Amino acid sequence: MWKYATQRIIYMLLTLLVITGMCFILIRMLPLQPLPAEDPHAAIVEMQREAAGYNKPYLVQFGIFLKNVFTKFDWGVSDKLYIGRSVGAIFFEKLPATMIVNLYSIIISIPIGIAFGVFAALKKNTWVDHFLSTVTMIAISVPSFVYAFIIQYVFYYKLSILPALMNSGTDYFTWDMFKSMLPAILSLSFGEIAGFTRTTRAELTEVLTSEFMLLARTKGLTRAQATVRHAFKNCMVVVVPSIFGSFIGIMSGSLIIEKIFSVPGVGMLYLNSINAPDYPMFTMLTVFYTTIGLAAGIVVDISYSFIDPRIRVGSKK
Amino acid sequence: MKNEYENIPQELFEFAQLDAELHDKKIETKARGYFEDALIRFKKNKSSVVAAWIILLLVLFAIFSPLFSPYTMKDKDTVYQNFPPFVPSVAAKNTGHLDGAKTLSSQNELMYDKWQAIAAETGMNPVIRVLGTEEVSSIYRGKERITTYYKLEMNSYYAIGIRTQTFSFEEFEEIQQFQNETGIQVIYPWVEPKDIKDISDDPAIWYQVKDNKGTPKKDKNDNWIPAYSSNSEIEGAPYHSQRIEGDPGTWIYSVQKSGSVRCRFNYYNYYIFKNGHEPSYLFGTNNMGQDLFMAIGVGARFSLIFAVLVSAVNLTIGMIYGSIQGYYGGMIDMVMDRIADIVGGIPFIVAVTLFQYHLASKVGPIVTFAFAFFMTGWIGMAALTRKQFYRFKGQEYVLAARTLGASDKRLMFKHIFPNSLGTIITSCALVIPGVISSETTLTYLGIVNLSDLAGTSIGTLMSQGQAVATTAPHAMVFPSIFISLLLISFNLFGNGLRDAFNPSMRGLED
Repeated sequence: MWKYATQRIIYMLLTLLVITGMCFILIRMLPLQPLPAEDPHAAIVEMQREAAGYNKPYLVQFGIFLKNVFTKFDWGVSDKLYIGRSVGAIFFEKLPATMIVNLYSIIISIPIGIAFGVFAALKKNTWVDHFLSTVTMIAISVPSFVYAFIIQYVFYYKLSILPALMNSGTDYFTWDMFKSMLPAILSLSFGEIAGFTRTTRAELTEVLTSEFMLLARTKGLTRAQATVRHAFKNCMVVVVPSIFGSFIGIMSGSLIIEKIFSVPGVGMLYLNSINAPDYPMFTMLTVFYTTIGLAAGIVVDISYSFIDPRIRVGSKK
Repeated sequence: MKNEYENIPQELFEFAQLDAELHDKKIETKARGYFEDALIRFKKNKSSVVAAWIILLLVLFAIFSPLFSPYTMKDKDTVYQNFPPFVPSVAAKNTGHLDGAKTLSSQNELMYDKWQAIAAETGMNPVIRVLGTEEVSSIYRGKERITTYYKLEMNSYYAIGIRTQTFSFEEFEEIQQFQNETGIQVIYPWVEPKDIKDISDDPAIWYQVKDNKGTPKKDKNDNWIPAYSSNSEIEGAPYHSQRIEGDPGTWIYSVQKSGSVRCRFNYYNYYIFKNGHEPSYLFGTNNMGQDLFMAIGVGARFSLIFAVLVSAVNLTIGMIYGSIQGYYGGMIDMVMDRIADIVGGIPFIVAVTLFQYHLASKVGPIVTFAFAFFMTGWIGMAALTRKQFYRFKGQEYVLAARTLGASDKRLMFKHIFPNSLGTIITSCALVIPGVISSETTLTYLGIVNLSDLAGTSIGTLMSQGQAVATTAPHAMVFPSIFISLLLISFNLFGNGLRDAFNPSMRGLED
């Protein structure tokens, strides 16, 4: 199991390195952004570019980039959006907003989603189940900007109980801030809840029909006991990894939701760096998003093998 | 000894069973094929059948709405922008639908008078109904003063009323021609600012005023008193068309303005002059003054065609890639799997952006966008096909075919591949909404701008609508409904197909 995990992580790091290299070179091949002449920071950026080896071959540049990242965690300086400032520092300024909004969202979503899923599975093929399944289907299909619009229109414009946009500032744990984050959190939650409902329901219905459930009933457990002790536990084998996946995903945020509700987070930064364009920022965020994507996949896979004793991929024992 | 078996003459063979009687009964029931079976199961799934019909309707909408609409993408009105749905014939019935209604609150009496003045001058009453009045008392210079505020439901199209604009002599002449032919009054008599207490910024005022705020001065019978100018010295161009009611024949209809003519005109009627018909927008207009009914159709056409093309290419690439992987296995499989891992690890948005940066100027944004989809879209399909191949390649019939000397290609595509056809059809129905969804998201975010070539896209329309979501919600509502219906139906349809082609999966997933 440990061997499997290490093997997967090594593979992931290699994949990450290759992707980073490809993207890095593709970005460096683009013509440089002209610097505003009168800006005093222009000189700093110019020096930084020199140090990053902008006139050297691409592979050498990549080497310098990797060396800076690994030894000093230096991702270069922004040359358009926040001219002259360190990309890494800006990134860490933006990360908390994204993480908090997403964290709230999954904290709301997980219990609700699992509860709906369990409920639907227990009432399988009744109108409750059909209703929940249809709503889930709709919730998954509808794009998040439609939710955002509905929430903004209803709660801000019609009822005016929630603000339209998130407050700026960094005092994330005040009631006011929470209230201003609520539209974004709600918009994110619909899809999450639907996702958890679907996974839980699918898994639990399958487990409930399996033979060990029959055995459990035969040996005298009540339906509730059998469901909680055997079925629910088994269904968690699939649900828990997807929870882990979601927790990794909270860092990446949603570009759309952050744009609509002006959440000062990573997604917004990414969007701005694409439109600016700010290549050093874009490079770092590309690496970040790639890492998150790969890591989420790996965490899900590895947690399967930790949770479920039947899945011990690659273990020699 | 060996050689004796190499060439056995044909005559030596004889039929073992030629006249032996076969005791098997002939099968009497009709054989039911795989697809027939799937179709029967699909039909049982009511929601999927409904979804299929909805998809058909939406596709028909996309095909026909731009044909039926009197507008094209080039018809951009500079005034009727973000205007609510309005169809004159329906609005006339006063049912409260399609009447271009917009609610304005906190309208004071001055404003209310202005709306009434527009109604009196043009004959088009912008106030549909008064939703409520509110009296607010305030202390002004020691005296209590009561101000009445109205909440009005307005016809946004009529509320534009009279505007002033500078025309060339030719156009002024054309408008007069148009007036003579149709009897529709476009040009209204000129009002000199000095006659109305020097108010120069409000073309709607045509009546005598008491003060420079525009409070009307009415006669004993509570009628408006016109303030039209009859100073023929400043007249801009000869006017020989119909005059408005009550004109003694001396009112002037235009003034000079450095080589051209400035006049007051009724925008609604001017619109008829320009377009040949009354403004009629079933879904309202977007922020560029385009007809949303038509624009959604144009955007949907693009989305659907693009999604089908992209899915077709991706499925083909994925199938071939997966087949090779699954069939050969071993080292080839591993190397190809690594490649797929690397390509699949690149976040889609990064791929799109990098392609846009590098290629958009060379091959255009649409092709670039499609490339980004081709790069990552095939991986799911490849994995599916690979799995199917692993399942079937070891089976006896494949070994038998191989023993009979079938080539690799024949084994792959004739013997193994048809088994995964059901999976492929299913995933096709689920890939299309995925592509539509990504395309809408990216155009919504403005990372990809397809407006130049495709006209518009649903995502672009929605981002335009989002900007005015609170003041003109219709601009967001209609594209939202369209895209939501499309995605929901495609997903329901795809799930129905999946269940139909996968008897073992029935009832396990929604």
